[in-house]
Amino acid sequence: MAPLLELKGITKRFPGVLANDHIDLTLEKGEIHALLGENGAGKTTLMNILYGLYSPDEGEIFVNGQKVAIQGPTDAIKAGIGMVHQHFMLIPVFTVTENIMLGEEDVKVGGFLDRKKAAQKIMRISDQYKLNINPNAYIRDLPVGAQQRVEIVKILFREAEILIMDEPSAVLTPQEVDELFKIMRILVDQGKSIIFITHKLREVMDCADRITVIRGGKVVGSTTPKEADTKKLAAMMVGREVELKVKKTKAKPGNAILQVEDLKVLNNQEQFAVDGVSFEVREGEVLGIAGVQGNGQTELVRALTGLLTPAEGKIKILGKDTTKEKPRFITELGSAHIPEDRQKDGLILAFPVSENLVLNSYQHEPFSKGIRLQFDEIDRNGKQLVDKFDIRTPGINTPVSNLSGGNQQKVIVAREFSRPIKLLIASQPTRGLDVGSIEYIHKRVMEKRDAGCAILLVSTELDEIIQLSDRIAVMYRGKILDILNIEDASKEILGLLMAGIKPSEEMKHKVTKEEQLITT
Amino acid sequence: MAEPKKTPMDAKTTTHKHQSKSRKTTMGILFLLIAAVIWFVFVRPLDAGALTTYTMVPGGSTVSMADWVFPTAKVLSALAIICAVAGAYQLIRGFQNLTNAILGLVAVLFIFSFLSWASSGGTLNLAGLLRVTVIRAVPLTLGAMAGILCERSGTVNIAIEGMMLIAAFVSTVIASMTNLWIGMLSGILAGALVAFIHGTLTIKYKVDHTISGTVINIFATGITSFLSSKFIQKTEFQYLNEPGMFPQVDIPVLSKIPFIGPILFSHNLYVYAMFILVPLLTVALFSTRWGLRFRSVGEHPKAADTLGIQVNRTRYMGVILGGMMAGFAGTYFTLGSSGRFDELMTAGRGFISLAAMIFGNYYPFGAMGAGLLFGFFDSLAAKASILKVPVPSDFLGMLPYIATIVVLAGVVGKSNAPAAEGKAYEKESL
Repeated sequence: MAPLLELKGITKRFPGVLANDHIDLTLEKGEIHALLGENGAGKTTLMNILYGLYSPDEGEIFVNGQKVAIQGPTDAIKAGIGMVHQHFMLIPVFTVTENIMLGEEDVKVGGFLDRKKAAQKIMRISDQYKLNINPNAYIRDLPVGAQQRVEIVKILFREAEILIMDEPSAVLTPQEVDELFKIMRILVDQGKSIIFITHKLREVMDCADRITVIRGGKVVGSTTPKEADTKKLAAMMVGREVELKVKKTKAKPGNAILQVEDLKVLNNQEQFAVDGVSFEVREGEVLGIAGVQGNGQTELVRALTGLLTPAEGKIKILGKDTTKEKPRFITELGSAHIPEDRQKDGLILAFPVSENLVLNSYQHEPFSKGIRLQFDEIDRNGKQLVDKFDIRTPGINTPVSNLSGGNQQKVIVAREFSRPIKLLIASQPTRGLDVGSIEYIHKRVMEKRDAGCAILLVSTELDEIIQLSDRIAVMYRGKILDILNIEDASKEILGLLMAGIKPSEEMKHKVTKEEQLITT
Repeated sequence: MAEPKKTPMDAKTTTHKHQSKSRKTTMGILFLLIAAVIWFVFVRPLDAGALTTYTMVPGGSTVSMADWVFPTAKVLSALAIICAVAGAYQLIRGFQNLTNAILGLVAVLFIFSFLSWASSGGTLNLAGLLRVTVIRAVPLTLGAMAGILCERSGTVNIAIEGMMLIAAFVSTVIASMTNLWIGMLSGILAGALVAFIHGTLTIKYKVDHTISGTVINIFATGITSFLSSKFIQKTEFQYLNEPGMFPQVDIPVLSKIPFIGPILFSHNLYVYAMFILVPLLTVALFSTRWGLRFRSVGEHPKAADTLGIQVNRTRYMGVILGGMMAGFAGTYFTLGSSGRFDELMTAGRGFISLAAMIFGNYYPFGAMGAGLLFGFFDSLAAKASILKVPVPSDFLGMLPYIATIVVLAGVVGKSNAPAAEGKAYEKESL
C-alpha cells in the first residue's frame, strides 16, 4: 500500500541559498514522524512547500499514492493537510469559535454566521481528542498552551489527516510540553498522522516513531528512537561530535557582586510584576532564575539593567547603589547584558555587524575621537571579534539582520564579553538557537564564570538552568519562592515551584543521587 | 486533560479591568470641580427669580409643543449637588466599571447647566439645537464608516477628506447636467475611483498608507479648487454649479411625534441613510461570513491566508467600499446640505470623521455616537454665538475640536485598532 504522504525530490532555491535539495520523505498512517534539524536546515521551508505557502522549484507530492498539485493553503486543506505554525495563526480579538471557523464557516441563509453550530462541532472535536477547549473564550485571554490546542482543533475542524507541527514546543513550559505529547499520542491512536518539526533531541526521543534528520537542506539520514541516542542524533544534525553536557567544575564563589533587596517593579499595567525580591550573586557563580514565562523575569532584568526604574527596593552592583541609575552607568560599572529579545533589544538590525559590535563602547577611544567615529578601529575590532567568536557572516559590513539567529546571538556575546566585565545578566541566552550554537554559548558563559564573573542566568528552559547554575531561584508571580543549591534541586521540585507549589521538607530530602543524574 | 492551568495570564486579564488608582482619584476630583463650576460660576451670579425657557419645536416645524420653563437657580443648584455627591462617592468608594457612564452623565449635566445659565432670562431653541446636531452628525458618521471599512480590512485611510471633496465636486457638476440621483451615483463612483488609486498604491506597490493618503488629500484640494475657481464659480459656467438639493421627506406618523419627530424624522435622504447604514454595516461586519473574513485580513492577514482567504482581494474590496462610502458622504455637502460646490467646503470633516471612528473604537454605532457628540458641539458653537455668552465666538468655534481632543485623550484612552492596519502583506516572508 502506498504511504499516506510522499515527497519526492523537493527542491527550493532562494536567492543565494539552496534551502531544500532534492528531499525525499514519506509519512505512514498513524505515525509521528520527527523532522530533526538545526535552525536554517530547511525544515520549515519544506513544510511551507507542503502547505502551499511556497511553491517548489522541483519535486512532486503524493497523497495516498495520488499526485497532488498544492498551489496554496486551500489545496493543502483539500488534500487533508493541516499545519500548526511556529508563530500561531490566531487572531487575539476573535473568539476561539471565530478563529476556528474562519475560512470554513457554517452559515445560515444569507451568509449569516452560525456560531452555535460551529461551537458544537468544536466541542465534539475537543471531547474526542481531550483537548479541553472553550469555544467562547477570546484568544487573547488564553495561555499559550491553550492557544496551541486551538490551532490543533482548527486543523481537525477541516478534517485533516496529516498534521504538520512546526516547533510546537518552543513556546511551552515543560508541563505543557508533556501535555502536548499526550495529545499527539491520542491523535495518532485515533488514526491521524503527524509530522513533527523540532531541533530538540530529547523531544524526538520522547515522542517520535520515526526520525528523519535534515542538514543544509539535505536529508542526512533516517532512524528510530530505539536505534538512536541523543549523542548520535546531535552528531547527525550538526555534522560533527557535539558536547551535550557542559563540563562544570565546582563553583568557587567569592564576594557578592550583585545585591538585590526587596525589589518591587511595576509593569505597564501598574501592577507589581516583581513583588519583593531579594537575592545576591557572587563572583564565580551562576545564579539561575527559573520560572514560567511572564512571572516577572522580564521586569526583573529590565530593572537590574536600568531599563526600568524600580518602585521600591534596592539594587547594588559592586557595592554601588544603582537603583535609579541609567543603563550606561550600569554598563560601564562592568556589567553585561544579553537581552531576552535579541532582535529588539540586543541589536540594531539594519546596522552592519562591525557597528553592532561597538554599541556599548563607541563613545570611547579608540572607536571615537571627539565627535568623530574612527571607522578603521571599528572595522579592525569587528574583524577581530568575528574571528575570535566564530561569527559566520559574509563580511563585517553585512547588516546584522542577514545573519542567522545563532550568529546574531554570537554578535551580542562577542560585544558583551570583549570588555572586562564583573557581572553578566543573561536573559534567555539560547532561545531559538540550534544545538551547535547552544553548546558554544554555554561554554562561553561557563568560561566567564570560571574567570570570576558573577552570572545571573534567566531562562525558561529548565534543562539549561540545571546544567549551568550553581544555585537556582524559582520565580512565581513576581516572587522568588525558593533558592536551592544545585545539589538539592531536581526537576520535580523545580517543576512544582514553577507551578507555585512549595514542596514539603520530606520531598526535598527524597532527592537522591540517581534522580539528579537523570535530570542533569 | 486536567483543568486548564491557572497561569499568570489569567490573573492579568482579571485585574486588568480594574481602574487604576490615579484615574479613580482624577475622576472624583473632576466631578467635584464640575460641581464647583456649576455652583460658583453659574448659580451664584444668577437672580433667584430668573427663568430659563427652552423652545421644544424647531423653527419651521408644524408639530406643536409647549415651551419648557423652569427657575434657573433652583434647578442648577440641584444639579450641582448631584455632581458633588457623585464626586464624593467616586473619591470614597469609586464607581468601578460604571465610571465612564457616570462621567458621561456628569458631562451631560454640565452642558445642560451651561445652556440653562446662558439662556437664563431668555429662550433657547432646544429642539432646533438637537435637530442640527443630527444633521451635522451625518457627514461625520458616514465618513467614519468609510474609515471603518478601510481600516477593519487593514488599510489606513486618511484620505477620506480628499475623497469627500472630489465626490462633492463631481456630484455637483454631474447633477447639474443630469439629475440628483445620477449626480449622487457619480460622486460615489468618484470616491471608489480615488480609493482604487489609494488601494493600488498601498496594497500593490506597498507605499506607506499615510503618505499615499496625504498625497491624495493634497491632490484633491488642488484639483477641486482649481477647477472650481477656473470654471464653476464663474458666471458663464454657473449652470454647472446648480445641482439642487434632495428635498426633506417627513416620515408619516413618526414625524408627528412631539419633540422627537421633528428632530429625527423630518430630514432629507442622508439622515435616513445614516440610520440605515449604521446597523446594516454592524450586522455585515459582525454577524456574517463576509464580515468575519473581512476583519480577519485587518487583524492577521497571514492567518487569513493560511486558511485560504484572499488577503489582497479582500483589502481592495475594503478600500473601494470605504471610498464609495466617503464619496456618498461627500455628496452630502453639495446635494444634501448646500446645493452648490464651494472650495474646501468639507472643512476638515474628513479628519474629524477619523477621530469619530477612533472614538467609536472602530464600531459603526460607536462612530455614530461620536458623530452625534461632535455634531452637538458644532451645533452648540453656532447657537452659543447668538446667546449672550461672555466668551468670544472664535473660542466657541473651537468647541468641536477641543471636544475631539479631550475625548480622544482623556476618555477613550487606548482604542483597539485592527492589529495589521497600515502593514502591507507579503506572502513569501515567514
